[in-house]
Amino acid sequence: MSKKSGEVILSFDNISLSFGGVKALTSIGFDVREHEIRAIIGPNGAGKSSMLNVINGVYHPQQGEIVFRGQKRRGMNTYESAKSGIARTFQNIALFKGMSVLDNIMTGRNLKMRSNFLLDAIYWGPAQREEIAHRKAVEEIIDFLEIQHIRKTPVGRLPYGLQKRVELGRALAAEPSILLLDEPMAGMNVEEKQDMCRFILDVNDQLGTTIVLIEHDMGVVMDISDRVVVLDYGKKIADGTPDEVRSNQNVIDAYLGVAH
Amino acid sequence: MFYRESGQFKSTYAEDSQIFPIRQDRWVVGGIVAFAFLGIPLLAQFGWVSNYAFTAILTPFLIFALAALGLNILTGYAGQLSLGTAAFMAVGAFASYNFMLRIEGMPILVAFVLGGLCAAAVGIVFGLPSLRIRGFYLAAATLATQFFIVWCLTKVGWFTNYSSSGVITAQKIEMFGYAFDSSMSKYLFVLGIVSVMALLAKNMVRTNIGRSWMAIRDMDMAAEVIGFRPMRTKLMAFAVSSFYCGVAGALFAYAYLGTVEPEGFNLDLSFRILFMVIIGGLGSILGSFLGSAFIVLLPIVLNVAMQSLEGAGLPLPSGIGSSIELMAFGALIIFFLIVEPHGLARLWQIGKEKLRLWPFPH
Amino acid sequence: MQFFIEVLIAGLLSGVMYSLVALGYVLIYKASGVFNFAQGAMVFFAALTAVGLHDLGLSLWVAVPLTMVAMIVLGLVTEKFVLRPLVAQPEITLFMATIGLTFFVEGLAQAIWGASVRGLELGIADVPLEWLMEVSGMAISQFDLIAAGIAAALVAGLALFFSRTKVGRALRAVADDHQAALSVGIPLQHIWGVVWAVAGFVALVSGLLWGARNGVQFALTFVALKALPVLILGGFTSVPGAIVGGLIIGASEKLAEVFLPPLLQQLFDTQMNLGGIEGWFPYVLALLFLLVRPEGLFGEKIIRRI
Repeated sequence: MSKKSGEVILSFDNISLSFGGVKALTSIGFDVREHEIRAIIGPNGAGKSSMLNVINGVYHPQQGEIVFRGQKRRGMNTYESAKSGIARTFQNIALFKGMSVLDNIMTGRNLKMRSNFLLDAIYWGPAQREEIAHRKAVEEIIDFLEIQHIRKTPVGRLPYGLQKRVELGRALAAEPSILLLDEPMAGMNVEEKQDMCRFILDVNDQLGTTIVLIEHDMGVVMDISDRVVVLDYGKKIADGTPDEVRSNQNVIDAYLGVAH
Repeated sequence: MFYRESGQFKSTYAEDSQIFPIRQDRWVVGGIVAFAFLGIPLLAQFGWVSNYAFTAILTPFLIFALAALGLNILTGYAGQLSLGTAAFMAVGAFASYNFMLRIEGMPILVAFVLGGLCAAAVGIVFGLPSLRIRGFYLAAATLATQFFIVWCLTKVGWFTNYSSSGVITAQKIEMFGYAFDSSMSKYLFVLGIVSVMALLAKNMVRTNIGRSWMAIRDMDMAAEVIGFRPMRTKLMAFAVSSFYCGVAGALFAYAYLGTVEPEGFNLDLSFRILFMVIIGGLGSILGSFLGSAFIVLLPIVLNVAMQSLEGAGLPLPSGIGSSIELMAFGALIIFFLIVEPHGLARLWQIGKEKLRLWPFPH
Repeated sequence: MQFFIEVLIAGLLSGVMYSLVALGYVLIYKASGVFNFAQGAMVFFAALTAVGLHDLGLSLWVAVPLTMVAMIVLGLVTEKFVLRPLVAQPEITLFMATIGLTFFVEGLAQAIWGASVRGLELGIADVPLEWLMEVSGMAISQFDLIAAGIAAALVAGLALFFSRTKVGRALRAVADDHQAALSVGIPLQHIWGVVWAVAGFVALVSGLLWGARNGVQFALTFVALKALPVLILGGFTSVPGAIVGGLIIGASEKLAEVFLPPLLQQLFDTQMNLGGIEGWFPYVLALLFLLVRPEGLFGEKIIRRI
């Protein structure tokens, strides 16, 4: 546990987000430390995905402050956050359905590519060398995720569990320092969940990637995460280690309901 | 039996990333290209390929294929539907004409490239709405390109060198002192340009820029999140696509028609090229060629069919040919969208898969 | 100033007729989520069929109902052979299919009736209103006024039909959510049939009005195409949007046609003939509008969820 308590690299203060009149997030504040696995949990509609969307700049909070690597900002933007090493997966798989697994994962490396479209068009010398070098890096990810056999298959044809894995691969291809996972295990069977857990732990362990994840499977969350923040109706109701959260009265009420 | 990739092992990623990783494919494609460059001219020497074949079939097929390729980059790969293809072709044609006309000693290829670049610039301007709208909203907006450009070229005399009828006569194609006069030499000239540009397009769509287009097409939000910039990507697609259409337009004027007026680049031409892309296959380079061949050949086949009907004593009202052509185009589009939305290119692919397994069904 | 008002009114009157054409698109889009590019071809088909039958010696009172039957058949056939096989395809595929349909219907109309221009006489003279001429000196076409009146009545009638009747309610339910509409027992096929029939009717009336005004010819499809900028302005799902959009397009294109050329000639110091601006002005206007307000005048801003 000690190696994991790194510096705080990302913190939120008083984040509020609403759509029209609907409040999605109200005064949320928490932080993420380097190298840890940080889980966000909560009942449906608690604002978990909105929170991830705030982190990588898809949504812009109306209020609040984000401090990322010591820099204060009002909101993130998608390009900047990708550029500074935040990658993510989506709750409803957001792969590029018309492209092969290999191409999908290759897209994850786009920010590392130097070549321009003219060189690409000629595909000679540096452009080809670069393409091949990135292909090599992507093949390592493919090996790691054990999806060699489907590398040339269009992702639209793959079963759900494999698609989730490819999506993780695409995020990993960017060699992120922070990885946001939105329900990486939703809809999986036990075996697939175990595989996914292993991948997540391996990434965290071997590459030191900070992971922020949303997950409904409490067993998994309590097993793998270092700290857990709990949202309910857009508000934070608890924050702490799995053990602390488990015994928190607010959390129990939110999940089990409370007698009035 | 002969179409097997067994025994062809790839030991480097470079080998595996070739355009045609399967050896037999390379042979077939190499054979077709060699035939186009050498075989057809040779046959023409023996009188087996007529002038008519060059001027009415082969040359327009190649030029339309290039235009379809341009539209396919935009619509098939980047997912932005456009109904203004002919306008970009017009820009390419008229810009090349003016570069040739107004700059002494302008080499024709440079004029074509400059014409293409003008089309690309226009494409970027009219592509701006794509940043905010999608689908048929965008398609409707691209009609503005179509009508506005053709109007400009018609009304502003400078573009047509103040020709009273608005018709321009393209200058002769000359390179290194050789004049491309004969129909065969024009065909070879077009073939050379189209081959090179098709190769460049293939390289683009299989590398980062192509992936960025497809990413935007398939899931623009996710594309943005992993670092593709939608604005750059979409405008790049508009620019490259318009460049291709512009060069195709220049060839249309210089190597196919010779004389051309702005009205020649009307909405009907835009639709025709869209049909090539749909029938050939969205998001396929090969499909652009197949679709073009199909649309160029269809009226000829229909014509022959109707003539033989008349020969058989079945009188057809005059002028019905073009109506039947319209109906056939329309019906085919619907047919393809229902039965095989990925067009001829997919049928080709399925055929290859079957051949690979033959004689076994699975 | 008087000339300006004259042009403005002429523009607004043709704008009402654009609204009518646009309404045909809105109806089908609302009910089935299909952007029916072929609506313009249907206008052409309807006008040509009516006039063709009339030229065969039938009175308009017979020719028009017969054409209506033809339009309903066309609509039902389209629904069955084009749209039903494409259910659940992406919107853009359906859109392209209707482009194919456009070609087919245009070809069909010309194959049956020939490609020559035909005149259509509805018995309303296209002359300036005399009393208005006397009072104010403005020349406003009597035909345009009556045509706009008919179009306006039709638009209002349809709006009422869809907001007040049971079929209208069912239609709005279908537009909102096919599945949900089915599950509460709304007969989907039946509703679609009704919608296509109504769209055919709208096409027929617009075809007759525009045909009588400009002659029944292929160029009618370009008039119908102008409904697209109308829709961009008004939003594809809004009936009031189609009306307001039509008025804006009609008025602005006429004003641009009359007042832009002198302005441009002065600006660029030329004597060029700059007629035909109305051919592109609506599209460019729509395009500029899209840059400012992509959801249209009456459309709702869409929040995209991922």
